[in-house]
Amino acid sequence: MRIFLSYILLICFVQSTYSKTIWVGKNHKFSSITPAIKAAENGDTVIVESGFYKEGNIVIDKSITFLGVGMPIIDGDRKFEVITIRASYVTVKGFQVQHSGYATLDDPGGIKVYNSKHVQILDNYLYDNFFGIYIQQGKHCLIKNNRIIAFGKAEQEIGNGIHCWKSDSLLVIGNHITGNRDGIYFEFVTNSVIWRNVSVNNIRYGLHFMFSHNDAYFTNIFKNNGAGVAVMYTKNVTMMNNTFIENWGDAAYGLLLKEISDSYIYNNRFVNNTSAIFLDGASRIRVEKNLFKSNGWGMKIQANGMDNVVTQNNFIRNTFDISTNGTLVLSTFDGNYWDRYEGYDLDKDRIGDVPYRPLSLFSVIVEINPPAMLLYRSFMVTLLDKSERILPSLTPDNFIDNTPLMRPLPL
Amino acid sequence: MIRIIKFVILDIIKNRIVLAYTLLLAIFAWSAFSLEDTSAKGVLSLLNIILLTVPLVSVLFTTIYIYNSAEFVELLTSQPIKRTKIWISLFAGLACSMSMAFLLGAGIPLFVYAETTLSIIMVSIGILVSLVFVSLAFFSASITRDKAKGIGVSIMLWLYFALLFDALVLFLLFQLSDYPIEKMMVGITASSPIDLARILILLHLDVSAMMGYTGAIFKKFFGTTTGMSIAFLLLTLWIAIPYLISLRIFRKKDL
Repeated sequence: MRIFLSYILLICFVQSTYSKTIWVGKNHKFSSITPAIKAAENGDTVIVESGFYKEGNIVIDKSITFLGVGMPIIDGDRKFEVITIRASYVTVKGFQVQHSGYATLDDPGGIKVYNSKHVQILDNYLYDNFFGIYIQQGKHCLIKNNRIIAFGKAEQEIGNGIHCWKSDSLLVIGNHITGNRDGIYFEFVTNSVIWRNVSVNNIRYGLHFMFSHNDAYFTNIFKNNGAGVAVMYTKNVTMMNNTFIENWGDAAYGLLLKEISDSYIYNNRFVNNTSAIFLDGASRIRVEKNLFKSNGWGMKIQANGMDNVVTQNNFIRNTFDISTNGTLVLSTFDGNYWDRYEGYDLDKDRIGDVPYRPLSLFSVIVEINPPAMLLYRSFMVTLLDKSERILPSLTPDNFIDNTPLMRPLPL
Repeated sequence: MIRIIKFVILDIIKNRIVLAYTLLLAIFAWSAFSLEDTSAKGVLSLLNIILLTVPLVSVLFTTIYIYNSAEFVELLTSQPIKRTKIWISLFAGLACSMSMAFLLGAGIPLFVYAETTLSIIMVSIGILVSLVFVSLAFFSASITRDKAKGIGVSIMLWLYFALLFDALVLFLLFQLSDYPIEKMMVGITASSPIDLARILILLHLDVSAMMGYTGAIFKKFFGTTTGMSIAFLLLTLWIAIPYLISLRIFRKKDL
């Protein structure tokens, strides 16, 4: 707290040399926010003391720093967009923004940014809004350490936690998002980074990419969403160090890749998902050093992709490691650890001497005829699988790991 | 009655085959758990034992034992004892020794290595499967006097439930794949005790895959307390019905 106060004092001191600070609160000249912003000029700081402010739509159309002390509450009365930012170089920090309006035509948000650059949205608490934070045509914006909570019941009744549209060079860092439609949604957003966010219990996706090229997301946690992450119609996405847990359900995937190319999936953890990764029309994807553990399906690879490389991953205790829907295989699966591998290693180079076929006959059968899942682990099925491993007839014979590892990689 | 049960159990112990069976189960279970790096794989090996070996041993041993004790049964019927009591005592003695064999052989390592809920479910299912096949053996031993035929029927029953039934279901699944048969499949599994046992265990082992579309239907049925109780009830019926049929036959039979 002392550091925080001294930080504010420092800001006041520095700012006062060339700009002024306007206080809003009971004991100050301004008791409401809108007139205070009207009185401010570019470069000023507006500091709001803790309290309850219900002023309809608050528009920030100047380059100001807008600070809350002691988490003042700004309420949209379920009718208005709460804070609208229409200027560049704006900082919004330390507010509780709640109860925005609901309208599917103009998508009101808790904090919405229109056509601006270098906007910073920091340390806010967004409670029960239609959209949490909405960036429209933003550039170089920073969205950091916000908590976003909504209580959506159905997809069409709730907006996204952080929604970014037609933007560039955004940083989305350390946010905690719950109960929205998509945790984070990117559409036509380029050159952006999503880092250290936690996206839990959202109705649709934890993170959703549409037409968003050259982005990266690192070290995020996606748990118990309708599906963890969906990356669609996109190229050059880097996905590293993320955790995908408990995305359960028929159409639920840890990571859904649809029509995506030239991307890199490295060092992620997929645990307890119905399907860890689903690749549909995915090409030139490199899947490296990931952990697939206790999933229903490790990877579901549709036959319409090509040149994917799956290497140096650990596949442990999945019901099915890999499944596919066709016979065409244009991807490689060399150098992974499969806990079902039963081969030997005579020359002790830690690489199995016998190739491994990760595609079990039964996974093909289940793909064609899902109710066959009922027969899983029955003696018949085990027998079929064993004989297919020795003499592949129904499964594509080039679906093979030529250099399976004898020991799991230390991931 | 208690004395007859005691006598049957003592006779089985003297026979030593059930002791050897217990020992084999124990060796297999302990080695399965200590050889594999994770307990999950050990559980899988044990699952295969429950689904294949336990039914085979139960059904064969019981059938042969019943045929071999034909003279003993004849002797007992000459005494003032009701036939129902003789048959019940014989069943109780055999059921008791087979389930004790499973409990001591496979149950102890399960409780030591696997997690508690799973091991409770596996042990109870293993015991139920043993009892089901003891009961089926009573059925096949009662329908014919011919020992070779009776044992043949037993082996056939085992083959049918352990292997053929799944093949038939798979065949049906492909023939009827254009129809919504998921719910019907739940009913069909009830007509094989081994499948019932397998699915009950599957719902605990492969929970992630079972959350998928069809899995969800099974999960919805068998995963709830009602579904579980229904499944256990069905297994109990699989014990009761063949035994009661055999009892009816035995009561009227000309020995």
